[in-house]
Amino acid sequence: MSPTQKVFAIVTSAVTLFYMVELVRRRRLKEEYAWLWILTGAGMLVLSLAYPLLLWLTQAVGAVTPTTTLFIFGLLFLLIISVHYSIVLSRLTGQVRRLTQELAILSAEGQLDPGVRPGSPPAS
Amino acid sequence: MPAPVRALAVIPAYDEASRIGGVIAGVRAAGVPDILVVDDGSTDATSSEARRAGALVATHAVNLGYGAALQTGYRFALRHGFDAVVQLDADGQHDPAGIPELLSALAEHDVVVGSRFLGGGSYRPPLVRRLGMALFGSIAALLAGRRLTDPTSGYKAISKEVLRFYIHERYPADYPDADVLAMAVRAGFALGEVPARMKAGPPGKSMHGGLLRPLYYVIRMSLALALVPLRSDKR
Repeated sequence: MSPTQKVFAIVTSAVTLFYMVELVRRRRLKEEYAWLWILTGAGMLVLSLAYPLLLWLTQAVGAVTPTTTLFIFGLLFLLIISVHYSIVLSRLTGQVRRLTQELAILSAEGQLDPGVRPGSPPAS
Repeated sequence: MPAPVRALAVIPAYDEASRIGGVIAGVRAAGVPDILVVDDGSTDATSSEARRAGALVATHAVNLGYGAALQTGYRFALRHGFDAVVQLDADGQHDPAGIPELLSALAEHDVVVGSRFLGGGSYRPPLVRRLGMALFGSIAALLAGRRLTDPTSGYKAISKEVLRFYIHERYPADYPDADVLAMAVRAGFALGEVPARMKAGPPGKSMHGGLLRPLYYVIRMSLALALVPLRSDKR
C-alpha cells in the first residue's frame, strides 16, 4: 500500500467511525441500529492500520489482490446492513399494524353505550 | 342441539361509502344484529355511512390491507366474548342471505367457507384469474390434504378457536386466502364448505386489479404457500 493510499484509508475509516459515534452520542441514531455501522467503521480502521492483517485476510479468502479483499468485505457489510434494515422494517411494520388495530378497536368500543353488555346489539 | 352462536359480522371496507349501507342492512336482515365495519383507512365517507346504518365502526388511521382489517375484527370479537365471526366483503358481492347457513355449519366445523363454485353457483371469473385460482387452490389443497373448492373466497364463518389462531402476527396483512386455509387445516381445524350465492360485483373495482398487483399476488402467494409446510404453526 502506498503512503497516499494508507492515509486515505485511515482518514476515511476514522471519519466514518467518528461520525457514527457522534450520531449515537447526540441521540440522532439509536444504539440498537448503530452497532453494525460502528463495527464496520472499526473493522475498516483496523484493516487500514494493519496491512499484514489485510494480506493475511486476502490469502485466507483466496483473493488475488488486497483491493479485492476490501471490495468483498465492503459488499458483504452492505449486504448485512441492508438485511438488518429489512428485519428492522418488518418488525416496525408489525408494530404499526398492531397499534393501528388497537386504536381502531378502542374507537369502536367508544361507540358502545356505557353499561351495554359487550356483544349485545349496539344502540345507534 | 347446540346453543345458538352469538356471532359478530365483520365487514372490512375500503372506500365503499356507496355500498356499505346496503350490506349492513342485508346482514341485519339475515339475523345478525352485531355488526362491525372495519374501515381500512378509507378516503371517502365509509365510516360515517356505516355509522349511519347502525354498525359499529373500527377505523384504521392508515391503510393496512384486507387481512389486517379482518384481524382487527377478530380481535374485537374475541375481546367482547363472541362465539364466532361471520365475515363478508363490503362491496356487496356476498349475498347476506347465506349467513345463517354459514353459521349453522359451524356446529360441525371450525371454519366454514362460502364457496362460489359449489352447487349451482353462477360465478365465472375471467380466464386468467380462474387459472391462478385453480393453481393456488390445488397447491393449497395438497398442503391441506383435502379439496378446497374456493380458497380465495372472503365469505366465511369462523369459530372462536380459529379466531385465536388467526390473531397471531403470522396472519398476512395483505392477501389471506389459500395459505391461511392450508395453515388452519394443518393446525388441525376442521374446514367446511357451503355453497354461497354471489351478487355480480360492479366491474373494474377489484382488490386484484391493475397490472402489477396480479404479479405481486402470484409471487406473494407462491412464497406464502411454500412457507406453509416449512413452518409448524401450533394453535
